[in-house]
Amino acid sequence: MAASPERSRKPRKNAESMDRDELLAAYGNMLLIRRFEEKAGQLYGMGLIAGFCHLYIGQEAVVVGMQHCIGEGDEVITSYRDHGHMLACGMDPKGVMAELTGRIGGYSKGKGGSMHMFSKEKGFFGGHGIVGAQVSLGTGLGFSNWYRENDRVSLTYFGEGAANQGQVYESFNLANLLKLPVVFVIENNHYAMGTSVERASASRDLSLNGVPWGMPSLSVDGMDVLAVKEAGAEAVAHCRAGKGPFLLEMKTYRYRGHSMSDPAKYRTREEVQRMRAEHDCLDAAKAKLLTLGITEAELKKLDDDVKVRVQEAADFSQTSPEPNPSELYTDVLVEG
Amino acid sequence: MPIDILMPALSPTMTEGKLAKWLKQPGDEVKSGDVIAEIETDKATMEVEAVDEGKLSEILVPEGTEGVAVNTVIARLAGDGAAAAPAPAPAPVAAAPAPVAAPKAHVPATPQEPVEKDWGPTKPMTVREALREGMSLEMRADKDVFLMGEEVAQYQGAYKISQGMLDEFGPKRVIDTPITEHGFTGLAVGAAMNGLKPIVEFMTFNFAMQAIDHIINSAAKTLYMSGGQMGAQIVFRGPNGAAARVGAQHSQCYASWYAHCPGLKVVAPWSAADAKGLMRAAIRDPNPVIFLENEILYGHTFECPTSDDFILPIGKAKIERAGTDVTIIAFSIMVDTALKAAEALAEQGISAEVINLRTIRPLDIETIAASVKKTSRVVSVEEGWPFAGIGSEIIATVVENCFDWLDAPPVRVAGVDVPMPYAANLEKLALPQPNWVVEAVKKLF
Ligand SMILES: Cc1ncc(C[n+]2csc(CCOP(=O)(O)OP(=O)(O)O)c2C)c(N)n1
Ligand SMILES: [Mg+2]
Repeated sequence: MAASPERSRKPRKNAESMDRDELLAAYGNMLLIRRFEEKAGQLYGMGLIAGFCHLYIGQEAVVVGMQHCIGEGDEVITSYRDHGHMLACGMDPKGVMAELTGRIGGYSKGKGGSMHMFSKEKGFFGGHGIVGAQVSLGTGLGFSNWYRENDRVSLTYFGEGAANQGQVYESFNLANLLKLPVVFVIENNHYAMGTSVERASASRDLSLNGVPWGMPSLSVDGMDVLAVKEAGAEAVAHCRAGKGPFLLEMKTYRYRGHSMSDPAKYRTREEVQRMRAEHDCLDAAKAKLLTLGITEAELKKLDDDVKVRVQEAADFSQTSPEPNPSELYTDVLVEG
Repeated sequence: MPIDILMPALSPTMTEGKLAKWLKQPGDEVKSGDVIAEIETDKATMEVEAVDEGKLSEILVPEGTEGVAVNTVIARLAGDGAAAAPAPAPAPVAAAPAPVAAPKAHVPATPQEPVEKDWGPTKPMTVREALREGMSLEMRADKDVFLMGEEVAQYQGAYKISQGMLDEFGPKRVIDTPITEHGFTGLAVGAAMNGLKPIVEFMTFNFAMQAIDHIINSAAKTLYMSGGQMGAQIVFRGPNGAAARVGAQHSQCYASWYAHCPGLKVVAPWSAADAKGLMRAAIRDPNPVIFLENEILYGHTFECPTSDDFILPIGKAKIERAGTDVTIIAFSIMVDTALKAAEALAEQGISAEVINLRTIRPLDIETIAASVKKTSRVVSVEEGWPFAGIGSEIIATVVENCFDWLDAPPVRVAGVDVPMPYAANLEKLALPQPNWVVEAVKKLF
């Protein structure tokens, strides 16, 4: 199915959506996510993190570029692959890492784990383990903004695998029927566990999946933070203007396995290496920063600072105590 | 400074694995992200990626070594210092995931274990293999039986239950679906109404919540609503209950949800023989059957009959251990807990009879009542929540049928009435332990 231009456009190459300082900040945020996730993988291997742990490595440009389009009061919601989203929202790496190790200093006091963290203060609404569920919930966040007649926007992220769930289309319909301010962001990293998008979606262009409901959309190079920012800014402006929801398909890639246990038989090693070598979001941002006059030394300093922050988070996640046994019974119902 | 490379944990339940293959040799340069080795667990072969950079200086665990414990030093890198992040300090508290009991063949608890029908020779088999064999035998015998679900075919099953089945039966009978539980369950129920015999695998029963409308409104009620004209011969199966450290949305027992509904049968195997025998019965049963498996049990090994005719009846419980003083009733992995408790109680002079329910609906009231009339005391054990749980039903049944025989009020042991916490210590506190059962029993005397 060919994309008709007014329905689904590809943004320009070499978007100039960020100036030097903003790009440097975005680079720092992407680097923080990358290093944080590498450390989480390490702690998992040591048995300090358990259960499911879905790393975001490779996809950093999506969440960082989008976060640069929104402001205080806007909402973010996503799936279990949520560490990057939380860091991008400005949540404290210490609290995130301590949740991964199941300690009281974690965002959910150790009771949520990798997939279930929240921060009202930072507008982060979770961390959801059931594929597709956050799409209806995110539509509800948009509904609350519409209802209150404020100009806030809900960023609702989901995978291309989740894009096959029925509730996604029920949500699209409701969102455009009521003109809700929701940016639906499909993070198309090409795989849902071991199933490639071609084996799961009859739709060959996911950015067109909103067409039956009249939803405008863009297909975006999600490995390029500038392209993400440019598309995201358009989508957010559309929502803020009261014109209803917007769909963004971010073409991205995850370098690591689906969760920690991943037989990696569904794609070739070469495919992963090629994506890493040719499309890495950090490499691209770095190259651009160098042309803008940032020096190698400044970038090295940034990297060192990030490493220190991540190490502090790792240390905190091991020194923060386990929750008190009495925590088992708290937070089940609101008392009184 | 040299950097130790440790045997990594790569799945929620992994405690050890085989070091299958080294892909780098001493002297090779290793970059972060390079695959350095392959390891195997009972579930899968996985690649180990390097996190640090440097030259591989020595290999400490040769390839082919089995049973390498997580965190063993398997190799060393001569690090280049600056780039390598220091290995974090060990945790101040024991935070390693609760180790799952090493798979062991189950030894009958007492010599006087009551005999079931003798099915002839047995061999050790994991629950995983038994489930696969049960399905494969039925699929060979009946071409109307097919398997569908997420990752069942090319990926060989998210938990490797269907490993090899795509090769044997082909893509028309072992079908990968998108992540669309409501949709593919509806499709399967429709196919069943038209005479096919689907086996629907839910990656876990947590995700069947998206499909519960079709399971109950379409599968369970159709026979009744059509005045007996059409029903659904269909099996809904997958892991149920808590695995290990996967949090509230992935750790829930659905036994009582499904057992509530007329029109469904609900089965919950414990051993490999249960798994194989009941799987065959579930596939042949003309009704919708909910087949509740347990992820932790998948790798456990039991003796299992090898006979091609071996099958177990739905609706019949099994006495796993005979006793005279108290009846402990459990299903699925809680049978382990009950047997451990019975062992401990025996040391204290209390003889406990342990019933493995095998089927939850229809409940085997006969076996339960006969046991309670003998022992006069009863304790139910389940992983799910207490309120309106299976224990409530068991105890109501006991009171209705054996009131005059009871010497003490029946007691329920159940999971703690909270969503499952992630933290290692809290999770342990939330799930019934053998000593909970021991304490519950002792209160009856
Ligand atoms: C309803 C439901 N079905 C199945 C699962 C198991 N599962 C977890 S993640 C996943 C793949 C999702 O892929 P995608 O939406 O592309 O997101 P990605 O993991 O690539 O970020 C599956 C099948 C689940 N959590 N929820
Ligand atoms: Mg995906």
